[in-house]
Amino acid sequence: MKKIFGRPAGLTEIIQRYCPGCGHGIVHRLIAELLVELDIRERTVGIAPVGCSVFADEYFNCDMIQPPHGRGPAVATGIKRSRPDCVLFSYQGDGDLAAIGTAETVHAAARNEKITVIFINNAIYGMTGGQLAPTTLPGMRSTTSVKGRDVVKQGYPIKVCELLSGVDGAYYLERCAVNTPKNIIKTKKALKTAFKNQMDDKGFSLVEILSMCPTGWGVTPVQSKQWIDDVMSKYYPLGVYRDRAKEEK
Amino acid sequence: MPEVKILEEVCKGCGLCCDDVCPVDILILSPDTINSSGYHPTVVTDMKKCIGCGYCYMICPEPAIEVYK
Repeated sequence: MKKIFGRPAGLTEIIQRYCPGCGHGIVHRLIAELLVELDIRERTVGIAPVGCSVFADEYFNCDMIQPPHGRGPAVATGIKRSRPDCVLFSYQGDGDLAAIGTAETVHAAARNEKITVIFINNAIYGMTGGQLAPTTLPGMRSTTSVKGRDVVKQGYPIKVCELLSGVDGAYYLERCAVNTPKNIIKTKKALKTAFKNQMDDKGFSLVEILSMCPTGWGVTPVQSKQWIDDVMSKYYPLGVYRDRAKEEK
Repeated sequence: MPEVKILEEVCKGCGLCCDDVCPVDILILSPDTINSSGYHPTVVTDMKKCIGCGYCYMICPEPAIEVYK
């Protein structure tokens, strides 16, 4: 009997401390698989965010740094410019990338830094207890919008891929989800393209991933999986927003 | 014959693999076993039906599932 699927070498043996049904684990595993497949584990530096995945440095079996809140792309820029042989990925949640770190993200894209940014969008602040995030959908309930997000009071959500597609510097932008095996395969493909763009010294790649947060949303894991299909992906349409490699052809 | 191995101590009993992910529908959350973290882990009801597609491994956030062939 040969093992065909199992914990990849890019992950450590530590049991992840995420809630049951959380999408972070799936994305961690996809990245870990790619580190092995592309044979870049020895020269990869990961940037852990502040948020639920703040302990990502314990889970990935590669070099990791945990910078201040939202400063992932800025730290990644510094490392990439001083050590161009390294492969950088900045793993960020919606509080980290779309709230406190918006400036760093937009400017890293505008400068076309040769880094890979992985953005986990679960439409809520998970770690702090399910508060309203910049990505919370209109009408969606959270602990700080108990009657649902009111766009008059709390404004509209930020669509990061659409926002960055207005920045000429960005090289590759795609939005995926991790709620079904089909979407997970697509996500892995997108992540692979994002890493390859960096290895070929092409430019700034960002993959936005719609992920489940059953605890924050107050639903079961199976319902949360369905909710991404029924509601979330209608507001945040999946697809490629910018692929300059294709445009140049 | 493909075989699915569930790492009971790693499984958090989220049930993502049990819903409609398995094409032959052989995964359920165990009603009577409980692991040291207090979760009901996934169990395989009929290993002979397994086709080794690996969808359960793909959706598992831990990953607490290994597939052998």
